[in-house]
Amino acid sequence: MIRRVLPHGMGRGRLTRRPGTRRGGFSLDWDGKVSEIKKKIKSILPGRSCDLLQDTSHLPPEHSDVVIVGGGVLGLSVAYWLKKLESRRGAIRVLVVERDHTYSQASTGLSVGGICQQFSLPENIQLSLFSASFLRNINEYLAVVDAPPLDLQFNPSGYLLLASEKDAAAMESNVKVQRQEGAKVSLMSPDQLRNKFPWINTEGVALASYGMEDEGWFDPWCLLQGLRRKVQSLGVLFCQGEVTRFLSSSQRMLTTDDKAVVLKRIHEVHVKMDRSLEYQPVECAIVINAAGAWSSQIAALAGIGEGPPGTLQGTKLPVEPRKRYVYVWHCPQGPGLETPLVADTSGAYFRREGLGSNYLGGRSPTEQEEPDPANLEVDHDFFQDKVQSAWAGYYDYNTFDQNGVVGPHPLVVNMYFATGFSGHGLQQAPGVGRAVAEMVLKGRFQTINLSPFLFTRFYLGEKIQENNII
Amino acid sequence: MAAPWASLRLVAPMWNGRIRGIHRLGGAVAPEGNQKKKRTILQFLTNYFYDVEALRDYLLQREMYKVHEKNRFRDKEWIRPDKYGHFSQEFWNFCEVPVEAVDASDCDINYEGLDNLLRLKELQSLSLQRCSHVDDWCLSRLYPLADSLQELSLAGCPRVSERGLACLHHLQNLRRLDISDLPAVSNPGLTQILVEEMLPNCKVVGVDWAEGLKSGPEEQPQDTASPVPA
Repeated sequence: MIRRVLPHGMGRGRLTRRPGTRRGGFSLDWDGKVSEIKKKIKSILPGRSCDLLQDTSHLPPEHSDVVIVGGGVLGLSVAYWLKKLESRRGAIRVLVVERDHTYSQASTGLSVGGICQQFSLPENIQLSLFSASFLRNINEYLAVVDAPPLDLQFNPSGYLLLASEKDAAAMESNVKVQRQEGAKVSLMSPDQLRNKFPWINTEGVALASYGMEDEGWFDPWCLLQGLRRKVQSLGVLFCQGEVTRFLSSSQRMLTTDDKAVVLKRIHEVHVKMDRSLEYQPVECAIVINAAGAWSSQIAALAGIGEGPPGTLQGTKLPVEPRKRYVYVWHCPQGPGLETPLVADTSGAYFRREGLGSNYLGGRSPTEQEEPDPANLEVDHDFFQDKVQSAWAGYYDYNTFDQNGVVGPHPLVVNMYFATGFSGHGLQQAPGVGRAVAEMVLKGRFQTINLSPFLFTRFYLGEKIQENNII
Repeated sequence: MAAPWASLRLVAPMWNGRIRGIHRLGGAVAPEGNQKKKRTILQFLTNYFYDVEALRDYLLQREMYKVHEKNRFRDKEWIRPDKYGHFSQEFWNFCEVPVEAVDASDCDINYEGLDNLLRLKELQSLSLQRCSHVDDWCLSRLYPLADSLQELSLAGCPRVSERGLACLHHLQNLRRLDISDLPAVSNPGLTQILVEEMLPNCKVVGVDWAEGLKSGPEEQPQDTASPVPA
């Protein structure tokens, strides 16, 4: 009886497969079909080029709620947490704009990949602790259906920081703060050092701090790919292009002290395609600056820093690229499997790489020795011995106080920063991503309070100095 | 017939006589007839009569079952769960007694679960065999047991790699470490050598260091008899 009521083909239409049709609608081989249609139209109307069905798949969408400038680990972490913390599924449209999809110059892929909790600021310690638990449970956070689990190749060998006489007191107070926050760090005297690691030359070393848990190094590329995969599965759009322009509107308002202030709001982001003049204006509500070493250029595009120096309008974003070298060498009688990442009193550091007596390391140059950040060429004379290989990467170096910038700009109200971490962006990325997402979605920091990292400190001159920068 | 039974217990998996395929006990391999033992009447009968052999197999099973049932660890008894997985109520009487050995084989213990084990300051032996959730992060948590732990077994844990083994160097009192059958270790032979170097007082078992070595190019015998190709 039901068969009579249903329209004709319906009763059996589902089960029979007519030739030429396939399940899944027109999305299969749509590009092929489009090119066929174009050819047909061309043959019908010769001499006229048909521009009706242009291929725009490489362009970003015309509207997006959040545009994240920079697709490195920080940008992807912000995208991930925005999607995790949104109140309803699909509530926020996120677009990640990355200039170079091969990540050839991005700091993430070129990083040594260490994570440690031995900082002097409690916020940095909390960020690192959260990142350690994120990495430990990474296959629960970043699980994608039918995809293999991630293997971060984490080495839990810890960090060993050595301090000379004059830094010993600072190190002790730092370790006290670290223990208060919950990091497991132990202090060692030179005798204990020699006992435990007989290969260390303890000349000039007064104290050492050794991280026992949640510290070590891992594969940053794997984290990046894992985040990318997960974020794509959550519906974030990716676009390969460069941000060249912000279109914004300003509003003149009065503060409570009756001083005039101009508040800007970015309405459109112009994304230019690679090797072409073609650009797409993306209408957006919020822009997140996670461009790493190039963040100051993006900030300058938004008009941050255009004003008389000494005023809030004239305060630039003090992040600039600094080149750092990493060298790989082979040492057959070198320290054994238990070697932590050792950082010397001079700032030189090294760690083991793999099972085959290879070591990698480097040193932060002094201010006078800073190499030219124009390219990623390696200066082999900087390292005095024979190396197997070497590479260079950029630190998004915050010249003000070597700590990150997180949160909104006071004048350009819808630009949020997540940059300037000066070499420890990778290890703090999960925590910072969550903080920025909380700021965007809820208006304040909820889990870790990063208000000391806001932009306003550059204008107010409040430096939050981090002493343990490797 | 005490003598034959006694010899049965002591040499349970080994007997002389002909090799019997399917009647072998539990896969135990007898030495290839190298041992000269006196053939007793029972053994003689076993070789000729199937039902005597079946009887002997049954009695052997019983003996081995009894051996397993003995709860002895260095003269102290193991506390085992019963067949339902419950521990007996008498366990609570042992509140103040320090725990010396924990056998957590085949358990689903994970990173957070190790909290419970790390508080046992007098733990001497820990067995984490075939625990599927024990990975490198878990091994990095074991350092609080450094003063007392003497024996550790990680055999068959699928997630433990050489990176986790590197953090066992804190356990300086370790005397026996079992790292057999770790599928995630990339180079077992080299890892064994490096772990032995790292823990000089410890006996590291489980891996044959010659495993990963390939034999050099064999000398091809010069075949002078082959005809010269035209």
